[in-house]
Amino acid sequence: MATRTGSARPGRRTRRPGAWLGWLFAAPAAIMYAVFVLRPLLLTVQYSFYDWNGIGASTWVGLQNYTRLFTEPEQLATILHAFELILFFSLIPVTLGLFVAATIRGIATSRLALVARTVLFLPQVIPLVAAGIMWTWLLSTTGLANELLSAVGLQGVTRAWLGDFSTALPAVGVIGAWVLVGLCTLLLLAGMSKIDPALYESARLDGAGPIREFFAITLPSLRQEIGVCVTVTVIAALASFDIVYIATQGGPGNSTMVPGLEIFYLAFSEREVGQASALAVVLVLLVLVCVLPIQRFTRDGNR
Amino acid sequence: MKRPVLAVLACAGLLTAAACSAPGSDSSSSPGPSGSAAALTTSCGTGPVTLEGYFETGFPLPKQLADEFTKQFPNVKWDIREDQFAVITQNAPRVLADDPPDLMRLPQVSELVKDGLLKSMDGYAQAYGWDKWPASQLEQMRVGSNGQRGDGPLYAQGLNFSMTGVFYNKKLAAQIGMTEPPATLAELDTVLQKAKAAGLVPINQFNGGATGGLAFPLQNLMAAYGEPGPINDWIYQKSGATIDTPSNLQATQHLERWIKAGYFASDINSQDYATMMSRFIGGKALFMFDGDWESGNLDKQMAGNAGFFLMPPLNAGGKRAAMSAPLTYGISAKAAHADCAAFFLNWVATNQQARDIAVKVGGSHPMGPSDAYMPPVQEGTVTAATLTAGATIAQDNGAMDFIANATGAIYAKSWTPQLQKLAAGQQTPDALLKSVQKDYESQVKD
Repeated sequence: MATRTGSARPGRRTRRPGAWLGWLFAAPAAIMYAVFVLRPLLLTVQYSFYDWNGIGASTWVGLQNYTRLFTEPEQLATILHAFELILFFSLIPVTLGLFVAATIRGIATSRLALVARTVLFLPQVIPLVAAGIMWTWLLSTTGLANELLSAVGLQGVTRAWLGDFSTALPAVGVIGAWVLVGLCTLLLLAGMSKIDPALYESARLDGAGPIREFFAITLPSLRQEIGVCVTVTVIAALASFDIVYIATQGGPGNSTMVPGLEIFYLAFSEREVGQASALAVVLVLLVLVCVLPIQRFTRDGNR
Repeated sequence: MKRPVLAVLACAGLLTAAACSAPGSDSSSSPGPSGSAAALTTSCGTGPVTLEGYFETGFPLPKQLADEFTKQFPNVKWDIREDQFAVITQNAPRVLADDPPDLMRLPQVSELVKDGLLKSMDGYAQAYGWDKWPASQLEQMRVGSNGQRGDGPLYAQGLNFSMTGVFYNKKLAAQIGMTEPPATLAELDTVLQKAKAAGLVPINQFNGGATGGLAFPLQNLMAAYGEPGPINDWIYQKSGATIDTPSNLQATQHLERWIKAGYFASDINSQDYATMMSRFIGGKALFMFDGDWESGNLDKQMAGNAGFFLMPPLNAGGKRAAMSAPLTYGISAKAAHADCAAFFLNWVATNQQARDIAVKVGGSHPMGPSDAYMPPVQEGTVTAATLTAGATIAQDNGAMDFIANATGAIYAKSWTPQLQKLAAGQQTPDALLKSVQKDYESQVKD
């Protein structure tokens, strides 16, 4: 807090003579934001109170679209699927990222660390659509995943991972985990690099092993970075669309239908723009409800 | 600190005020048939014209027809945009409203007509004499004022009309002793059993993603157990029509028996259409339920080794029926060159070169009068087999539209998930039909 007010004060003093000048510089960005972010947001809220097919005349239906969301089991199921995806999009990448980052830090000087970092970050550079297509090949009946399983004598387990009711959602989750592990690793690695080495040194002098070191120093120091990772990945899970669309399009039989995809189908295939908007509004609220506590928790603990 | 917040709120307030009118009230499109009233010309004129086309990607037919048309009428150029059919389906209303193409590949048209987005072609039908063609060719593209299809003004035209049935691999068929197509459903069951026993994949059918391909064999089975008429009534949204009939239940149960007997490839729920095609062409399956739009392709890719037969009836000598529909193209109500687009559609049906292309490239029967020129087709090809089958369907009056075309959303949101559940053993035939019927009723209502 102290630094924030300190830097703001000189700014305020110089701003007095021409406050409007500052706004002039901010105007292009502000206008863009208003037109492309705020306006659609508000229009979505407005549409959610109408029964509208996107072209013809619309009728005001009040909260009917919202009540339908909670009375139709099919639409509720999509929200449950999104929460199941949090396990894969968030829990796995963050824990795995912590483990990998700690390992990489341990071997920081070797060339292997650089290679590992590059390989892990690669999914961030590849377009998600390409990654999705690649994974559908890997997970098909004749794909690499099944061939590896057969090679080690697990023929009984092989299946069409994305076409099977029991495995489709976890399979989509694995793709998401693969995409997000690299991002989490890199963020956490950056966080680790700013931890004071003296802390580790004194811990070691006190006789702490690497595991004790990790839980006593690394983990608490990374509170903020973990907060960022969890926030980003939880949003990715709740708002997932592209990976699911490429891999399964919601199938088989709605078993991988997530809110993002359901909104798309409602708006463009069923042409119920009002219903789609209502689900979109609920999704935004849901993301806020999940993410705000995480933000609070990770920030308060540190300051 | 307070000021930016205030400014944002002020902005937001302004924007809401600007957007407060009900959505959709600004679109001043005038619905209702008014196309025939204006004077129309039956040519593309002599000045330079650029026709805007929105075609389906992956099918060479429309592009080749467009090229041939430009060759014959050099003043007409094309500006063509292509997308997958699913994308076209999702885009159709907005594209027709905002960026009106002259000629567009269309999904099911009744909802587009209700919104006044398509040009009525009645005037052209009269001027070009399309109304003297066999009525069944245009029936599916007629929409009444209440949104029911089957009669009323004409709102689209076909580049050709296609038909579905069963393709088979001749080598694999010979291997299990199938020398001629099965004549009854029971015989087909026997062949499937033999193929299964011989270690072949009897049927490979796509059923993954948002496109449930099991709808093909299902509708064929429906036609074997019942009449095509009531199925068409349901697709055309005739009031009181239902898909949940005793004969359709028998058909769905028959499909379930096929699934339980393991006649389909085990991974159909993760297969898309392209995978099915490549596996069939690669000789990995005996049968595939598909349409004659692949005839030209199969003649090229597995020359002499692909055969075709219509779904056999329940009893020997019974009438045949098949899903058969025009390759639907429409003209936007706001199209800039509607007359020229209509002239092109008439040319496709009547010009000799165009009809050649329709058969050789499109693999399907051209539209047009019944006594029109028919290109010669080489004996023994799949194209010859599908064209003969088309004649049988015409004779038996067995053409049906596709059950997936009943409403805009019924395919992706009802048939597909339900058929995927059936394939996985998670849905019963009875509950499947009831569920689809329930969705249908809620979709037709609005």
